[in-house]
Amino acid sequence: MIDLATVVPTVTASFLASMVEVVEAFTIVLAVGITQGWRPALTGAAAALVVLALLVVVLGPLLGLVPIGLLQFIVGVFLILFGLRWLRKAILRAAGYIALHDEEKIFAKETDTLKHHARQQRANYLAGLASFKAVLLEGVEVVFIVIAVGAGRGMLGYASLGAAAAVLLVMAIGFAVHRPLSQIPENLLKFVVGLMLTSFGVFWTGEGLGADWPGADLALLGILVVLVAVSLLAVQQLKLRRGPQLRVVK
Amino acid sequence: MNAFFRTVFKEIAGLFVDDSNLAAFATVLIAVVAGAVKLLNIPPLAGGVALLVGVIAILIESLLRAAGPPRRKR
Repeated sequence: MIDLATVVPTVTASFLASMVEVVEAFTIVLAVGITQGWRPALTGAAAALVVLALLVVVLGPLLGLVPIGLLQFIVGVFLILFGLRWLRKAILRAAGYIALHDEEKIFAKETDTLKHHARQQRANYLAGLASFKAVLLEGVEVVFIVIAVGAGRGMLGYASLGAAAAVLLVMAIGFAVHRPLSQIPENLLKFVVGLMLTSFGVFWTGEGLGADWPGADLALLGILVVLVAVSLLAVQQLKLRRGPQLRVVK
Repeated sequence: MNAFFRTVFKEIAGLFVDDSNLAAFATVLIAVVAGAVKLLNIPPLAGGVALLVGVIAILIESLLRAAGPPRRKR
């Protein structure tokens, strides 16, 4: 039977986290396509997708060999590290300590670099490589996210569905508007994803250690509520600490 | 090509480590909780709760460290 208390957070976390990554990859592929032509842009992206597919084909069956308790623990540990990193940055951004992620700026920077390369003989190769690298690196993150949120409860299918929906949505919007997707509230997305991944991490690690959380899977929502409350309080307190000026930290 | 693989490795490591102290504290916390549950027979649920409280404490410490001292009132 499908347990909505687990399926909904799994699909949502996978969808939102993948969306952030796909937007970042799309910005670079678009810059390559517009500056150097769609052939190197799409060739690079396609080659990266092949490498990613190979990764999934090779690593996927190995997951089935790991006992579920150990798998939950390992995935939980990685999720805590991954989620805390996103959450920390999102809180610092929301409180004005780090500048917001700017897709327009990244697009302009990548376009400038590619225009500089356009004078070189191997311009197409470099453009294709830029596209390949962007899709591969962001794609590895998507693969990790899908495995991390899906593997703990045998929900890889649902997690993949969330990621696939994000890819299709970003591609559809991106190719329709034909410009970087700077209107997407990326920090809000990262904030939500950081909260969800950290919650999943604590939940899975606890389960991996043998904890019977009260309310079973609903405890995931309880952990999420606690983290949301702490994070919003942290944003508020950090804003008071900062004063009116943007204070840039690493 | 080496530079490319170095970049890939750096990016993958960067998925989990941004503030190295945060990552180190979180790893130590998980190790201590896992050790307490497996070796000292602490109830696993207590371990899970300790994990949640510890994660929050580590996050707050990292945020305060990043934010630096509070702004002085003039």
